[in-house]
Amino acid sequence: MAGTTGPVERADAEAPASRRPGWGAVLLAALLGAVLVFPWVFRLPYHRDVAIKIFLYAMLAQAWNILAGYCGQISLGHAVFFGTGAYTSTVLQMRWGWNPWLGLVAGIVVAVALSQVIGYPCFRLRGHYFAIATIAIGEIVQTVGINWEFIGGARGLTMPLRKDSLLAFQFHASKYPYYYIMAGLLALCMLVSWRIERTRLGYYFRAIREDPAAAQSVGISITKYKLIAIAISAAFVAAGGTFYAQYVLYLDPDSVLPLSLSILVCLLAVVGGTGTLWGPLVGAALLIPLSEFTRIQFGGTGGAVDLLIYGALLTSVAVFQPAGLVGMVQRWRGR
Amino acid sequence: MALLAVEGITKRFGGVVANHNISFAVQPGEIVGLIGPNGAGKSTLFEVITGYYPPDEGDVWFETQRLVGRRPDQVNRLGIGRTFQKLRPFRNMTVLENVMVAAMQHRADPAGARQEALRYLEFVELADKGDRYAGHLNTGERKRLELARAMATRPRLLLLDEVTGGVDQRTIPTLLQLIARLRRDQGLTLVVIEHNMRVIMSISDRIVALHLGKVIADGPPSAVGKDRRVIEAYLGEAFATPAGAGPGA
Repeated sequence: MAGTTGPVERADAEAPASRRPGWGAVLLAALLGAVLVFPWVFRLPYHRDVAIKIFLYAMLAQAWNILAGYCGQISLGHAVFFGTGAYTSTVLQMRWGWNPWLGLVAGIVVAVALSQVIGYPCFRLRGHYFAIATIAIGEIVQTVGINWEFIGGARGLTMPLRKDSLLAFQFHASKYPYYYIMAGLLALCMLVSWRIERTRLGYYFRAIREDPAAAQSVGISITKYKLIAIAISAAFVAAGGTFYAQYVLYLDPDSVLPLSLSILVCLLAVVGGTGTLWGPLVGAALLIPLSEFTRIQFGGTGGAVDLLIYGALLTSVAVFQPAGLVGMVQRWRGR
Repeated sequence: MALLAVEGITKRFGGVVANHNISFAVQPGEIVGLIGPNGAGKSTLFEVITGYYPPDEGDVWFETQRLVGRRPDQVNRLGIGRTFQKLRPFRNMTVLENVMVAAMQHRADPAGARQEALRYLEFVELADKGDRYAGHLNTGERKRLELARAMATRPRLLLLDEVTGGVDQRTIPTLLQLIARLRRDQGLTLVVIEHNMRVIMSISDRIVALHLGKVIADGPPSAVGKDRRVIEAYLGEAFATPAGAGPGA
């Protein structure tokens, strides 16, 4: 938790930018510049792949953060929306020849609809019970995916290869188009989060997280706003699912619907800092390269080493800094 | 027409009858005190009125609007604000943000809500603590914060649950002045649960006394203070004597 005094200036929507135009703007510009030039400095596919994964998982974690970090509804079933986005666009493309970009939009629509069907009954559950329900739903959906032949069943779906083009959403010669597409999606997700923080929606989400009964006492319909939160969250996760399908060109229930994906997304946000704009990105930037490093170092013999390190990190964060790394920095800055 | 009409409310929790056929009305501009020993059903009645508990029997009306079956947020948007016996500030939000959230019901833009919230914080004399996290306030400050938060929804009826409970003696006069100003300056109607008899007798136009979930007296403070059933159930003989000191006094 933060210190004794809080960010009154955050109440003024214009305040942070107008009062501190210096370091914040410079850092943001430097970050954007670094993101833009990265693929031209690091030309190896491996480096670009790691960067793309950081962006993808940062977006998933940020989307999770909208529901869980800001609104306080801890979901451990977000892989459902990831899989929904991936399968919707892929099936539409393979069976009916839809353009993958239209498939992406369709995936978002289906995931948002599904989020409402899941959310409406589940939001009656509080705290841990909601989290347990999302695990159960995730397992049910994965089991359905494994047994539903229409979407490839356990064998999965292999995307037909097409010529490199933005319209076809496939790039084989170089990964850099994927890099910029994913960077754009992440930027959009962060922009939406930034906007949410500064509007009534963000204040309502935080009030619901803090105390649902008190939030109701000031006229906030908690079910309505939780449903809005899960809809926004599901939309971005589904977009991530479509991106993943187009990037890897193969999907099966084990890769897009596993519980481990839901937990990973949660871990990234928790380590970086839930309920903060930059926490999920920091968590992904720290843990995804770590995961890649341990995978390379230990290969098949050390498949769970990254998870051991994750576990140690998570335990440390829970014990020493429950607000995550960004929360720790905010406290140092006296916010 | 009564602003609030409670008609035959019964609320059971298993075999326990917390409210038994409770009826009373609150007229516009009144301050009504709700008294009774612990377990009398006062807070349960607040929960029923504000939509947190559905009653087993009876009805609640806010002017012509039926409250039973509405959610707490819907009840609030009709014009009924409340505070809680067990304080419920948004602990990890600042004092200002706590009140802004409530003000946003009528002012969606954060800048406008901020201005409005500051006015309510000035009213409860907490404006200088606007940037503190609510979790760091003391009990008296939290009571005032909850008052400001409830006021920021612009209610016409305010239900206050134990305003002075857990507050040090020096803070009580400040809270009493605030309640008096709520009616005088804001034109609010109030229903106040309070154990401090000196407080409730001094601020109320009317007292409704509950005992074991039933209304045992309803009338002006002077009459209720002398009511034999109220003295036996709650006040004690000492309160009936001129120099007496009843519960919480």
